[in-house]
Amino acid sequence: MSAQVNAVAKPSLTAAPWFTAAITVVLLVAMLGIGGAAYPGFLSLQVVFNLLIDNGYLVVLAVGMGFVILSGGIDLSVGAMLALSTMVAAWLLQTAHWHPAAVIVCVLLMGACFGALMGLIIHVFKLQPFIVTLAGMFLARGLCYLISTDSIAIDQPVFVALSQTQVHLFGGFLSPGAIIGLVVLLMAVWLAHFTAFGRAVYAVGGNETSAAMMGLNVGATRVAVYALSGFCAALGGLLFAVYTLSGYALHGQGTELDAIAAVVIGGTLLTGGYGYIAGALSGVLVLGAIQTLIAFDGTLSSWWTKIVIGALLFVFCVVQRVLSKKA
Amino acid sequence: MNAPVAAKPSTPATEASQTARVTLLQHPLLRPLAALLVLLVLDAFLVPGFFRVTIKDGHLYGSLVDILNRAAPLTLAALGMTLVIATRGIDISVGAVVALSGTVSAMLIGGTMVMHGSTPEYVANTPMALSLLAAFGVALLCGLWNGVLVAGIKLQPIVATLILMVAGRGLAQLLTDGQIVTVYYEPFFFLGSGYLFGLPFSLYVVAAVFAVTMLLVRKTALGLFIQAVGINPVAARLAGLRTATLIIFVYVFCSACAGLAGMLITSNIKSADANNAGLLLELDAILAVTLGGTSLLGGKFSLVGSMIGALIIQTLTYTIYSMGVPPEVNMVVKSIVVFVVCISQSSEFKRILRRRAA
Repeated sequence: MSAQVNAVAKPSLTAAPWFTAAITVVLLVAMLGIGGAAYPGFLSLQVVFNLLIDNGYLVVLAVGMGFVILSGGIDLSVGAMLALSTMVAAWLLQTAHWHPAAVIVCVLLMGACFGALMGLIIHVFKLQPFIVTLAGMFLARGLCYLISTDSIAIDQPVFVALSQTQVHLFGGFLSPGAIIGLVVLLMAVWLAHFTAFGRAVYAVGGNETSAAMMGLNVGATRVAVYALSGFCAALGGLLFAVYTLSGYALHGQGTELDAIAAVVIGGTLLTGGYGYIAGALSGVLVLGAIQTLIAFDGTLSSWWTKIVIGALLFVFCVVQRVLSKKA
Repeated sequence: MNAPVAAKPSTPATEASQTARVTLLQHPLLRPLAALLVLLVLDAFLVPGFFRVTIKDGHLYGSLVDILNRAAPLTLAALGMTLVIATRGIDISVGAVVALSGTVSAMLIGGTMVMHGSTPEYVANTPMALSLLAAFGVALLCGLWNGVLVAGIKLQPIVATLILMVAGRGLAQLLTDGQIVTVYYEPFFFLGSGYLFGLPFSLYVVAAVFAVTMLLVRKTALGLFIQAVGINPVAARLAGLRTATLIIFVYVFCSACAGLAGMLITSNIKSADANNAGLLLELDAILAVTLGGTSLLGGKFSLVGSMIGALIIQTLTYTIYSMGVPPEVNMVVKSIVVFVVCISQSSEFKRILRRRAA
């Protein structure tokens, strides 16, 4: 935060891409502070860890969505893909009695292939990502119901053990799911900012035509981005399956919107090419903190979550808009 | 809409007839219509008595009437969505507006039992006309909010309407305290399940909205202006169009359609469910518009196409249900149809076909 204070004199401060991302972090700290002041026991490390435990799958989803949005696209199928992954994992474990490792590999491959296929359709036929991933969403949800209309409970020992493991850290504990979420985030940050692929994603999102003229392979980048998003959705699905120990076709309804909201709140512009992958974490934590605050209050009903998230989205979009106008 | 006239070299003698044939083949409505026809022919074989329409108690009954009736809310939403998409926009808050307007109308009407001698009778809490106006007003406000965000603050349409999509349902739940509101008031039910001159009343609502929209976009310059904004917003503004006002108008119009759809749905199921009313309706509406041949990139639009698109979706649902296929398969089939229709409508696909043919 001190760096920010030092830089106040520069006129270009508000125009810097990290500025909106920094606002999110400030907001998150403020929310936790307000929570700590208002409710005893709120400001503990475990509450923050619980945010990660409860939203580990969403961090993974938002990371995938972040890449898609940075490339100038959108992926509406991630919520349905999450449900399909829980369903396929549960079915393979419980009915087909596959080895857990084989199940995990199979589900992740399925997600990546599903995403790659959508990316391919978007690129080859020059269709709108919105409509193609919308159809993908219907397809994935429908496939869930083909497997089973009921929820399938998972009692496979490895999955049960994973869901019950607590990794102790600094006096609190994290679940393996939360740690996987953080690891995925770190890898994604490396991928976005330190590899050729990451630079290609930013270039395609910034201006597709100039990216193509620079000699970048726009098609391959786009297919890879959607494959990555599908992979992340499948991984998120596995984490969700471990978290809830079940597969169900109705899991994760509307999660795609949570992921998009998290990315937007994290400071990424939906027009593409502008923002940080790490914003996914702060975005998800803000969403989680709202829910925790409302749960701690106890008198507010659950629908306040929706209203507050809507209001927050509004404020963020307007702030981003005003800032980019000044620039 | 106006089909582009093909400029293919041909001998003068056959030119006229050939141009006419090519024009017909390239007519934008050909594919959606063909898709609908294929579905209907399929139904004719699969569903016994599909085209039979009988008259019972002075009402028309039959599969076709049923499909038209059930497609009414979707058709309304698709009509509004068409204009929004024509300006390069998108409105994903339609479902939330449906929930809000349905909730407001249901809560205001409510219905209390009053004893008239020995016969119980239900009276509306607020006069029905007033309640419907209030619900409609709420929908208009929603549209205004969306429009101002898009045209005034210049947010991307998908984010701008995402805000209302998330918050709208929350507001509706706040109004009802999370409960499902049940309506006990006979005249209100007429809206969604009544019959007028033998046909479901909802059809007249759709017909009226369609007629008004058609008049607006065809008999005034509005349609041209909307297309101009969609094709090139900057050029449209430089040409002197008040693009901001136009954009606000289309969002208000879209929400108004969604509000009407919400009242139809609420009246049809005699209750308002803030959580589930109109769930995913926005996506179906966008699908209907796309199936009808309007590009999500804006510009040229076809209201008739969107109506056909809505009918395709409803007929597809009906076919799947009546074939005895588990309803769960519906989504898979729907998605495959969307893939096929979108791919076949893409210019890339047409180019590949043309290359094959040449």
